[in-house]
Amino acid sequence: MRKISFEPIFRHGLLMLVVLFTLVPILFTFATSLKYFRDIISGSLAFTPTLVNYQRLLDPSQSNFLRLTFNSLIVAAGTMVIVLVIASLAAYSLSRFRWRPLWSGLLLGTILFIHMLPPVTFLGPFYLIARALNIYDTVLAVIMGHIVLNLPTATWILLDFFAEIPKELEEAAMVDGASRFESLTRVLLPMIQPGIAAAGALAFIFSWRDFLFSLSLTSTPRGMTIPVGISSFVQEYSIRYGEMAAGAFFAMIPALLLVAFAQRFIIKGLTLGALKG
Amino acid sequence: MNLSSSAPTPRSPGLASRIGNFIDRTFQYWTIAPLVITLLLLVAYPSVQLLRMSVSEVDIVKGQTVWTFVGAKHLETALQDPVVPVAFKNTLVFVIAVVIIETILSLLISILVSRSRHLVGLYRTVLLIPLLVPPIAIGTMWRLMYDYNYGFINQALALIGIAGPTWTASPKLAMPSIILVDLWHWTSFMFLIILAGLESQPVELNEAARVDGATETQILRYITLPLLRPTLVTAVMLRTIFAFKVFDEIFLLTGGGPGTATEVISLYIYKVFSGQFRLGYASFLALALALIISVFVIFYRRLAQRTTA
Repeated sequence: MRKISFEPIFRHGLLMLVVLFTLVPILFTFATSLKYFRDIISGSLAFTPTLVNYQRLLDPSQSNFLRLTFNSLIVAAGTMVIVLVIASLAAYSLSRFRWRPLWSGLLLGTILFIHMLPPVTFLGPFYLIARALNIYDTVLAVIMGHIVLNLPTATWILLDFFAEIPKELEEAAMVDGASRFESLTRVLLPMIQPGIAAAGALAFIFSWRDFLFSLSLTSTPRGMTIPVGISSFVQEYSIRYGEMAAGAFFAMIPALLLVAFAQRFIIKGLTLGALKG
Repeated sequence: MNLSSSAPTPRSPGLASRIGNFIDRTFQYWTIAPLVITLLLLVAYPSVQLLRMSVSEVDIVKGQTVWTFVGAKHLETALQDPVVPVAFKNTLVFVIAVVIIETILSLLISILVSRSRHLVGLYRTVLLIPLLVPPIAIGTMWRLMYDYNYGFINQALALIGIAGPTWTASPKLAMPSIILVDLWHWTSFMFLIILAGLESQPVELNEAARVDGATETQILRYITLPLLRPTLVTAVMLRTIFAFKVFDEIFLLTGGGPGTATEVISLYIYKVFSGQFRLGYASFLALALALIISVFVIFYRRLAQRTTA
């Protein structure tokens, strides 16, 4: 008796449009990055693929992109490690011990606050701090900024994971003679590995993505990261589309890898911040 | 008498274990200390500096920072600065436009996805990408898309015989072009939050209503949407607050132009800070922005508490 429904076709059709809208800029950029200049301006769909744009981009004698990649990796890895240490210890302390609401509220409130403020607010003071510490134009200055940027999400994710571990487990370890430190490192931290992975992956990617801190706390390739390199390249050589596209696609690789391999962690981490706030 | 039995007695434990005990008893404080120190050094101290800077002229002379107290001078400058009201107005237009459009789109997309059994993984995967890609790469991609001669959009328009406009270089189209890029980047954010909300809804209610003869539209109108309200409020408020942060894509695509058509407050603060090197004035504007956001955050907290209570 049921009518044949066109609703699913219509529904998936609309959603495919959304998918298309999302993918077209990425695919167009990828295709452009594989084109010779003549194929870019001819605009035809058929072209001879080439890696020349990537070669030029990664050739140290022609561009500083390799140096910037190295900086980006140092900054992202450094940020990730520091943020994970601070956030996991803090999340442990806040979730496993009794704190007066005033203190925990103050800490979590501050964290929420820095998550919401536009990063541009920190520019002036951070610039002066970097100058005073003599780390202006180094990766250290950028890491300093990225710690602030990434602490909130990491802390929320880890708090959530600590909260799910029953208190008895830790107590059992301590009855067996383990110190607090041992029970943290040998019992609790191994149990929240997925949380650490999620928090770490997000800290890495959000450090890798950032533009503003690197832009304002560095001035030479000594401390600059990839986004600043791309931006100055785009503004200097607005006609070199192939290399522009190659740079943009290159910078997207960590994001694409994460989407491919660690999607579930990431979605949880991304939505958690929202629901915690 | 056996001398070798003079091991420490239980009553006087060794120094090491006393320290161990002390650390154990105060472990709560040792573990929170790194966070507290970080927040003091990288949030509290910079906040005080920001306050100081906003009432001072700050110059770097021969590597030395020179402070001059100027009181409310920056406020006067801001009130006379012709760009400030334009930047605030553009920011407001941008924020309102993207929040409204993204709310509608993400609500629509998440309802469609939540009704699907197939391909859900694909939709979720593809929509996650824009949130993780570097915004500068997004800006670069859209620069290629919008390019007057060789961009995807104008080439596609040329196929059907339309001569495409200059998009980001046109005073009228620059802001809409920026908004379109933001839709590409941020619609997914609200989509993920709303989808999580929809998936946590009990299916029994819908089934009961269906048994009682309710149509799908009625279920949506009287069950799904009312249950979704708290999630929706959270998503909208968060997106509003985050939308004020917009910087990277505008920096790359238009630099605030043409003229001041896409000048937003974050970008203008950066220009005052970096281009004109007026640290004090930039800090004053940053402080003003921070205060506006704070009002939103407090309002949001109240609202969130009320809707979840």
